[in-house]
Formats: sequence, structure tokens, C-alpha cells
Amino acid sequence: MDPTRLSSFLPAALALLLAPLLLGVINRTKAAFGGRCGPPILQPYYDLRKLLGKGAVYSRTTSWVFRAGPIVTLSATAAAVLLVPFGPCDAPLHFAGDLVLFAYLLGLARFFTVAAALDTGSAFEGMGASREVFFSALAEPALLLGLVAVAKAAVGKSGWFELTRLHQHVGGVLWLDAGLVLLFAAVALFLVLLAECSRIPVDDPNTHLELTMIHEVMVLDHSGPDFACILYGAAIKLWLLSALIVSVVVPRVSPPWLDLGISLASVLALSVVIGVVESSMARLRLTRVPQLLVGAAVLAVLALVLESHT
Amino acid sequence: MSLLLLGLWVLIGGGLLAALAGRSARLANLVGAATAVAGSAIALIPVVGVLVRGTSLPEWSWVWSVPFGSFTVGLDPLSAWFAAAILGLAILAAVYGAGYLVHDADRKSLGPPWLFFNLLVAAMLLVVTARNGMLFLVAWEGMALASFFLVTFEDEQSSVREAGRIYLIASHLGAACLLLFFASFAAQAESLDFSRLAAAAAANRLSETHAGVLFLLALVGFGAKAGFMPLHVWLPEAHPAAPSHVSALMSGVMIKTGIYGLLRAWTLLGTPPAWWGWVLVAIGLSSGVLGVLFALAQHDLKRLLAYHSVENIGIIALGLGVGLLGLSAGSPTLAVLGFGGGLLHVLNHALFKGLLFLGAGAVLHGAGTLQQDQLGGLLKRMPATGAAFLVGAVAICGLPPLNGFVSEFLIYLSAFQAFREASLSATSGSVLALATIGGLALIGGLAAACFTKSLGIVFLGEPRTKAAAEAHAPPWLMTGPLLVLAAGCLIAALAVGPLLAGLAPVLAVLLHEPSGAVAESLAPALGPLNAVVSVGVIAIVLMAGLTLLRKRLLGPREVRDSGTWDCGYAAPTSRMQYTSTSFVQPLTDFFQPVLRCHKHVHEPRGLFPDAASARTHHEDLFLSGLFSRSYRGVSWVLSRLHWLQHGRLNLYVLYIALTLVALLAWEFGLGELLDQCAAWLAARQTMLF
Repeated sequence: MDPTRLSSFLPAALALLLAPLLLGVINRTKAAFGGRCGPPILQPYYDLRKLLGKGAVYSRTTSWVFRAGPIVTLSATAAAVLLVPFGPCDAPLHFAGDLVLFAYLLGLARFFTVAAALDTGSAFEGMGASREVFFSALAEPALLLGLVAVAKAAVGKSGWFELTRLHQHVGGVLWLDAGLVLLFAAVALFLVLLAECSRIPVDDPNTHLELTMIHEVMVLDHSGPDFACILYGAAIKLWLLSALIVSVVVPRVSPPWLDLGISLASVLALSVVIGVVESSMARLRLTRVPQLLVGAAVLAVLALVLESHT
Repeated sequence: MSLLLLGLWVLIGGGLLAALAGRSARLANLVGAATAVAGSAIALIPVVGVLVRGTSLPEWSWVWSVPFGSFTVGLDPLSAWFAAAILGLAILAAVYGAGYLVHDADRKSLGPPWLFFNLLVAAMLLVVTARNGMLFLVAWEGMALASFFLVTFEDEQSSVREAGRIYLIASHLGAACLLLFFASFAAQAESLDFSRLAAAAAANRLSETHAGVLFLLALVGFGAKAGFMPLHVWLPEAHPAAPSHVSALMSGVMIKTGIYGLLRAWTLLGTPPAWWGWVLVAIGLSSGVLGVLFALAQHDLKRLLAYHSVENIGIIALGLGVGLLGLSAGSPTLAVLGFGGGLLHVLNHALFKGLLFLGAGAVLHGAGTLQQDQLGGLLKRMPATGAAFLVGAVAICGLPPLNGFVSEFLIYLSAFQAFREASLSATSGSVLALATIGGLALIGGLAAACFTKSLGIVFLGEPRTKAAAEAHAPPWLMTGPLLVLAAGCLIAALAVGPLLAGLAPVLAVLLHEPSGAVAESLAPALGPLNAVVSVGVIAIVLMAGLTLLRKRLLGPREVRDSGTWDCGYAAPTSRMQYTSTSFVQPLTDFFQPVLRCHKHVHEPRGLFPDAASARTHHEDLFLSGLFSRSYRGVSWVLSRLHWLQHGRLNLYVLYIALTLVALLAWEFGLGELLDQCAAWLAARQTMLF
């Protein structure tokens, strides 16, 4: 296998290996803001190992859909890993319109998380599922339009819209040419990340009250390896969306190793930013969240309109 | 062609035989279903042949003494594409229907429903193969009437009769527009044969305004059948009322004959101006978004599915609109991607909507109700139905790795192409892409909300009523077609290559270009679609691998059963589950201005509250706002004419006589009559002198 082909698997390998680290970084940041020393930065890995070593408890209400939920969720997210480029490397698979497949694979993962939640017959999990489908229906246009705006700025009329091309063409020059477009799109994507990865101000992953949760309450009944699949899938999703935002924000630089280093540092820095946002804000009232997400969609549309007129 | 006609005759003859066997309902059931399957299968042979070879069969004519009419049928790839969907679904619906209707055998005669079922299939086949306007209209009317009698199968219920009435009115309003369309077109072409109509348009005998008027007439006429918003109002009434195998056929393929009619009309009308495309895009967006929003608010599973047909017709219209814009801008790539996505969605929607309606029928059969809030936990009681419904739900949400994603992906690609298209202005390209991408993304998200709801509330969780707890699985005659359609949803997603190869000649008919050139324009989509398929396969392999891994991990360990975690509450009941209404309540509240959900809440009050209740119902904005109001106006105007109708027979005879005299005068020309009178008078005068 030639080295470029091999190197294109680097983004996938990094995503699969380092994704849980981001959760550790966020938690450490929040701990630092709270004046605690916090769990070890590798705690998510320890959690995963612990969960994989446990047995499982299944509710008698549930059917095979409940058991399929975590597996489909993780598989769909892991398949999406193949589409996202990182640093100097192209994605293992890149083709026209791969950003649509990316968004829809996340949709497939969500569909089965929600179905598994409804399979438990619990009022709490139904509540979380209801909120999840509502917010994601609003987040989906924001995600796609944001990515399309950047792709259009980066690729222009010459090529097809692919995540890898988008990633390759974001450079310092582009920031000078279409800075506002990239800025709007990046903010829109960041808001989508906060919503999709259930962070404050949309959702609070650490709250102790089921009534106020969205994502965590949907997975209350999962245990053991199933719960490990869910945690790992959520971490990968966080990594992928972070990597996309970094693709938009950080220009490519010339020696590949420097590019890789900068990209890695940026992803970790983004996790710190998420931690800061989580520490400095309260969770929004649930009735306010749709406004935030519609705001993100409007920003994405604005970015697209601006791009069409530059 | 002879096989196609043989299939047609088998269908009609079989239907008549079933009607004659009326004494024994079981015999009628057997004869009707067997001939429907046989006739459709025979007709399917030449249809598949045309699609595989990519060439048309020569037209075939028969002597027909109807004025302006000729019994001319033809089978080109465009006809074959729709005919394949019609016949394929008809076979499965007939098999399912045999299992579904047999329970009514003691209650009702099964001859008429099978007669009309077979006539419906035959009429649809004739609609897509007719090559003469008069024959087309006759087939169209036959289709409307056959489906009307099927819709009113349960005619002892007043709601079904009401649904039938709305359906009859709506389809005839559409048919009236089509009559005008063909009459006005034929006035220019001096014939109703499609070949002559196309020749007249090609020879520039149509003025731009005339072509525009014809386009609008076709849009209303065919759009009423297809269910374009706001002409969709009959759909959510008629589809739930019909027996489920008929709803599947109506929703899966009959409404697509409207799409076929539009496409055929466009091939006749020549190069479209850009505004036609914009109209279609606007209709597609409004039907798509409002269709899925209205679907969200439904309590009845089949009504929900009917509104989803409006949504999917919207997606198809979106693709066709992009295609029309590409055609008018002279860009084959844009046209091919837009039309291709729309046409592929026609086929895909037939698969998953057929599946979902048949699944809903199995629910009604097993649990006796379609009210989602009274169901629950059906997956355990009817496992095959539930699994198939799950596949259909994922497919209709347009999620990979199933077929719904493939066609939506093509439409997304057409939107990206709109950005790059040099022949479109930058503004119109961006507006088009923005509308398409944003619209499809929103529709996709809302559809996911809607189908997690119906899957989760109906099939998952605990049963909410005794009826749901005692539901029984349907017979294999009913589950068989469900499983075939579910497999079809996966196969259609994986067999992208052959499907695109079959699509190229169809697009060639629409673009008036050779098949090879179209295949070349379609080529840029092939690579991405193959990549989509490989990612889908990878995801499926991952699922299998993870399942095995979990099995190995959990094998030696303790796996326990317990109750659902309910935060320490000791006595959960199934009524504490989320209901379909509460699940979508945040969404319906958010979209309240268009949804008009009415809530009737009786809250518990005081220290000793009595029973509380909450009920919501949703009214269709267009039915209550637009149509009811305009109908009230029409009925006011007509009531002014009431004095004409007084019940005296001799005056009615006078009306008839007056009408005949007026018609005679018109026929001979009033002027001519006066001339003749004058000549006669002059002759008298010369005689006198």
C-alpha cells in the first residue's frame, strides 16, 4: 500500500483512538474553573474499560431494538469517521456530497438512540427522546448549510463539494477573502456541536435531575458493553464535529507534521473552549434552545448568502 | 406489446370473474387475487424488458370509434419506469389483500372489491401506456372511479362515505382541468394523439402564453392526483378510509400517475421556461415541509402515512423542479441529476410507502385500532411486521444505508450542481441550492421525529390498552409481502449501478437526447453513489461485528432481566409512558402558527380533583381555511339559483326542450340560421311578385 493511501487512514485512527480524550479535557477544564482538581484526564478510557468488563441488565419491557440501539449508533458514527479529513491527511473516503452522508449517518445514529429510548417505555426516556428529535430537526439544516457555505467558499465553482476538498482549501488567503463567511459558518457549526454533543447551554451532561436532561436521560437503561458503545460513540461524534470546525477555522500549513501538530492542538483547544463555555454559562431554558438553533441556521444561511455575493 | 395487452385483459377479465363469483366470498377472493397477480406478472415481463434494453416498444393501435380517440398504446422507458412500480407493488398488494380481505368474507361480498382492485391496476397501467388524449382521459377516469369504490369499501361508516365524497370531488376537479388541457392543446394540434401533440409544440404552433396556460392546467390537474399542497386535502381522508392493501397501492403508486402525467405533458410541451421550474420547486418545498409537519400532529397511523405521501411527493417535485430549471437553462447535468433524483424517489417511495401502509394494515388487523396512543409494544406480538416497519421507517426518513437516502442524495447533488452551473445566474443558482438543501435537511429532521414517534409509540414500549396487549400476528400471506418490500428497500439501495443504468433511457425520453449522452451526464453521480453504498456496507459489517463482539463479551457474564429504571418509583403503569401526542408536543407547539393544533385540556383542580383529561386535534390549514371557505361561497352562489329547481316535472321537460333548441341553434350556427330565414323570406317575396 502506498504511503499516501496509508496516511489517509490516519484521521480515522486518530479519531478512534483520541476521541475519549476530549471528554477528559473538557472535564478537567470544568474542574479547573470550579476550583477542583477533577478526574484524571484519561478517566473516559478507564470508564470504557470498566464498562466493557461488566455484565448487563436489560429491562423486561425492551425488545431487540433496545439492544440494537447502541450498536447501530456506534457503527453509524464509526462509519462517519471514514469521511472526515484531519490535518495534512485526506479522509479515507472522499466523494462529491460526502458531507450529506456525514450528516445523515449521524441522523441514523440518532434514530436508533431515540428508538431504543422509546423501547424502555419510561416516561423520562420518552421525554429525552422527544427533546432530542425536536432539537436535532432544527440543528440538521444548520449543520448542512454551514458546511455547504464553507465548501462553496473553499471550492467555488471549480469542483464538487467534498469535506476533504473543503479541508484542503481553507487557508490564510481564504480567511482574507471570505473571512466573514467562515466566521459565521464556524459559529453555526459550534452551536450545532454544543447541541449535538449535549453540552451546556443546550443540555447538561452532569446534572443529577432526569427531568432536565436530554441525551443522558435517553440512555438511562443501558448498561455494561452497551453503555460503553454509547459513551464511545458520543466521544467520536464530539471528535468529528470538532475536527470539522478545526478544518474550517485553522488554515493548512506547509510541513505536514506541523499541520498535524497544529490540528491536534486546535482540537484539544476547542475542547478547552467547550469547557470554558460550560463553566461560564448556565443551561438555557428548554424553550430557549430552539431559538439558539434557529439562530445557528440563520447564521449558516447568512454565510451562504454572503458567499454568493462576494 | 402483446404480453402487455394480455396482462391488461387478464386483469379486467379476472376482475369480472371475481365479481361473478360473488356468492362465495372466498372463491371471489381467490380468483381476484390470483388474476391480479397473474395479470400484473404477465404485463411486467415486457415492462422489465424495456427497462433492461432501454429501447421503446413500437406503438400499437386498435380501431376505436370514439371521436378524437384512438386506442393507441406504447411503452417507452418513461412509461416502463412507472409501470414497473405499479405492477410490482400491485402483485404484493394483491397477495396481501388476499390475506387481509378474507376476514371480511363472512360479512361482505368480496367480488366488487376485487373487481375494482383489478380495474384500478389495469387503469393505472393504461394511464402510463396510453398514447392518445381521449384514451388517457378514459383510463384516468376509470382509475378515479375504481379507487373511489375501493375507498368506500367500508361504506357503512359515515366517515368513510364522507372521505369518498371528498375524494370524488377532488379527483373530478383535477380531471376537469385535464379535459381543458387536452381540449386546448388539441385545438392547436387538431388531434389528440400524443405524437401529433408533440409535433405541434415542436413546430412552434403554441404561443408562450398558451404553453404557460397548458402547464398550469396540467399542474392543477395532475397535481390534484399527486397531492401537491394545497390540492392534497383528499389524501389524508381517502387513504386511511381504504382497505390497507388499497391504501398502499394508492399512496405507493396511484398518486405517482400524477407525476407521470406531468412528465409526459412536459415532453409534449417542448422546452420549458425557467418559471415552470421555480413553481415546481416552490410546490415541492411547501408540500415537503408542511406535509411532514401535518403528519407530526396526526394520531391515526394511516392519516400520518398519508400526510407523509404529501411530503414525499414534495421531495419528488423538488427534484423535478431542479430538473426543469436545468432543462430550461440548457444544462444536461443539472437536468439529469434533478429528474434522476425525483424519478428514483418515485420508485423508492413506492417501496417504503407500500411497506408502511401494509404494515399499518397488519396493525389494524392484529390490534383492531390505528390510534397510536392506544397501541404499544406490538413488536413482541408481531415480530415480522415490526421489523419490516422499522426498515420502512428508516428508509422513509432518508437515512443510509437504505434506499430513501440514495434518491435524496441525488437531489442534494443536483443542488450542489446548481451552485457550479454556469448557465444559471449566481443568484438563482444560490437560491435554488439554498432552498433545496435547507428544505431537504429540515424535512429529513422532521421525518425522523415523526417516524421515531410512530415506530416507538406503536411497536415499542409497553402496550397501552388491552387490545394492544392481545394483538396477534398476521398470517404469512400478509407478512410475506412486507418482508419482500423490506428486502427491496435494502436491495434498491445497494443496486445503485443497475438502477442508474435503467434510469438513463428514462431520462433520455425527458431530455429528448440519446441515451448515451444522458448516461455521460449521469456519470459524475455514479462514483459518489458507489461510495455511499460502500460506506453503507461498512456500517452494516460494523454492526454485525459489534453484535458478535458483545455476544462474546457477555457470554460468560451475568445478564439480568429487570424492570425499566423509573427513578425509584415503585408502581409504574403503561399509561405513564410518553404518548404520540406528548412526544411531538414541543414540535407542534413550535410550529403552532401553521399546524393549528387545538387542545382541550381539563386540568385537575382543587383538593379533591375529578378525572382530568387532555385531547388535541389538528385541522388541516387548507381544508378548513381555503377549501371550506371557498365551498361556502360556491354554495351561496348556487343557492341563489334555487328557484330553478322546484320539483315540477313539466317545467323540467321545458328546460330540456329549451336546451335542445339552444344546442340545435348552436350546432347550425345562429348566423347561418338567420341567413337561411332571410333567404327564405326573400324567396317568398320573389314568389309573391
